[in-house]
Amino acid sequence: MSAPAENSSKKAKTPRTPMPEQPAAQRVTNFTEVALGYTAELAAKEAARCIQCKKPLCVKGCPVEINIPGFIKKLAEGDLEGSYKVIRDTNSLPAVCGRVCPQETQCEGSCILGKKGEPVAIGRLERYVADTFMASDACEQLTGAHACAMEREGLKVACIGAGPASLTVAGYLSALGIKVHVYEALHEVGGVLVYGIPEFRLPKAIVRKEIDAMRAQGVEFHTNWVGGKTVTVPDLFEQGFNAVFIGVGAGLPRFLRVPGENFIGVFSANEYLTRVNLGRAYDFPNHDTPAYTGRNVAVFGAGNVAMDAARTAKRLGAERVMIVYRRTENEMPARLEELHHAKEEGIELMCLNAPVTFEADEKGWLKSITVQKMRLGEPDDSGRCSPIACEGEFCDIPCDMAIIAVGTGSNPLMAQTTPGLALNKWGYITVDEETGETSIPNVFAGGDIVTGAATVISAMGAGRRAAKEIAKRLLA
Amino acid sequence: MPSRILKKRSLIPGQTSELTLEAPHIAAKAKPGNFVILRVCENGERIPLTIADTDKDAGTITIVYLVLGKTTAHLETLKEGDEILDLCGPLGKDTDIHKHAGPVICVGGGTGIAAMHHIAKGHHTVGNHVIAIIGARNKDLLLFEAELKRFCPEVLVSTDDGSYGHKGLVTELLEERLKADPSVAEVVAVGPVPMMAAVARTTKPFGVKTVVSLNSIMVDGIGMCGACRVSVGGKTQFACVDGPEFDGQLVDFKELSSRLSAFKTMEQISYEKFRSGHVCTCGK
Repeated sequence: MSAPAENSSKKAKTPRTPMPEQPAAQRVTNFTEVALGYTAELAAKEAARCIQCKKPLCVKGCPVEINIPGFIKKLAEGDLEGSYKVIRDTNSLPAVCGRVCPQETQCEGSCILGKKGEPVAIGRLERYVADTFMASDACEQLTGAHACAMEREGLKVACIGAGPASLTVAGYLSALGIKVHVYEALHEVGGVLVYGIPEFRLPKAIVRKEIDAMRAQGVEFHTNWVGGKTVTVPDLFEQGFNAVFIGVGAGLPRFLRVPGENFIGVFSANEYLTRVNLGRAYDFPNHDTPAYTGRNVAVFGAGNVAMDAARTAKRLGAERVMIVYRRTENEMPARLEELHHAKEEGIELMCLNAPVTFEADEKGWLKSITVQKMRLGEPDDSGRCSPIACEGEFCDIPCDMAIIAVGTGSNPLMAQTTPGLALNKWGYITVDEETGETSIPNVFAGGDIVTGAATVISAMGAGRRAAKEIAKRLLA
Repeated sequence: MPSRILKKRSLIPGQTSELTLEAPHIAAKAKPGNFVILRVCENGERIPLTIADTDKDAGTITIVYLVLGKTTAHLETLKEGDEILDLCGPLGKDTDIHKHAGPVICVGGGTGIAAMHHIAKGHHTVGNHVIAIIGARNKDLLLFEAELKRFCPEVLVSTDDGSYGHKGLVTELLEERLKADPSVAEVVAVGPVPMMAAVARTTKPFGVKTVVSLNSIMVDGIGMCGACRVSVGGKTQFACVDGPEFDGQLVDFKELSSRLSAFKTMEQISYEKFRSGHVCTCGK
């Protein structure tokens, strides 16, 4: 520990600066952002709490290794631009990360102040700095120069997929003057940031600005190009690309495998959120994509995606939204902030319940679900207490809509058309952990297609590792 | 990227048209059985349409649509030279096409005849004897007869009202043909769900391999959302990446037709809004 013990303990006792938010009663009626962001005063107050550890644990907790004490120090000194540059050194999407990273288990989870009191609100500070600089010149933000990096003749890299992993690769390499082409299957760039995470948690305008900054840096985006279909890895090498990064994200949703889950009114969270976010179904019929509006909605699963789906259903007019979960609140994988926001918005938690069957009316429309009571047993492989069914204890829940948010499998499209690409037994791409390289030389992969469903920041960490290696090889 | 309409041919006035689209990157890869997802305008919905033909040399693909809802109604307002905002593909597994000793019967109903055409052409290309059986409500609604005749030695036609060809159902022609010729190697059916279900029932006693191409509701079409799930042999499969073609004897058609009705009310709202003149301003 570097700082005097006295100082550290005083700062630990100072409570975290609260985040201004839209009141729950108001926000359930709209899709605008819940957390409003720090003001300059609030940010300065919170930045002053950081004790500037010499060996900062928070940096180790960050998958992209942002120099956290460094950016907070500049912020505390009033040098916002300097602060932004420190963040940008390692993070291509700070406004996104400041909003959606699970900080409590990463940087903030390692903050020494958290041992005696509350950790520094690192995510909120990152968001403040990023948002402040959103509107300024993209090239200058990224490179510190008024002109963008000169393109290095003949070096080009392709990214397949335009989610957080690929965007990180594109941001990193283009800043070094390497030409990057990004191929995206959907009609919009951003991957899960635009189809999955709702507007009230991550406004699409924020994602668009980060992407515009990359465009200004020379990254070319090609939408409606499906990796493994319209464009394949062999095609790209034929076209002279030096390296390829595969970041195609999550695959097909997992279902519960209980009878009746194909009834009308039962959706995967991916479908529901894609309709609402990418298709802007919250604005139907001004936008053509429809989404179902249930009155009584049951959401299965308790991760961030489940919380997003539940809170979306509430905003679309559901009277009652329940999170049905086999374990208890303590085991829920969602970010604490999202769980807290969901509860404030009136989402009910129905813990220790597992689905058994779905029932429908004569037209095939969902009308109720039967759940079985569970109790917690010994910890299982995941380290969490395992749910055990209580014999004979069943209960019917009337509901006209169910959303399944229990994870995803691997997307098969790349594997089908990339000869020699090694996969593990679940169909995910296997990579060298140090470099992100796949079984094919100069083909790298990262994000959900390697790890299975994980966080935005872990995908960015993978993108960063791969980008470093690609840069090392191309610029050697 | 946007895709330009190079040619528009009205097949059934105001109801069904054929568009030839400039899409060299899709044409280069498209195989029979594949489909595309398109979005006509900025506020539009993504909808899947089967590829009816491709021309690699010209860099074009052909799609045929029936005006059913807002998106297809909007498509129908577009002219040659106009652009479709987003065209994504080719999607879905390729049809399993290989040389058979016996003939292949391709059954098509309504707009499905166009999609069936691409599959029939594929079978012809590898040297199979292709028999086409096509049906519609009446003579005026029959599609692609001339195109099929170019390579099918036999094109059998039925109409519900008897205005042309056999009066009755395609399955009656199919049953007759199967009875007369035990060497039929495979039956492929593309059309409305009740027709595909009836084809599967018809072929069952004959034990002939029967392939159906399913028109599930899709959102992304690339194996991400799960909207297109169908029960095949009691297992959940996804039409976008596991299909769209499946063994007709194993498909739960009742569930499929129920799932297809999920958004009927909302589709109607969109369509009415479009027809009453609130035309999407990004259209031409």
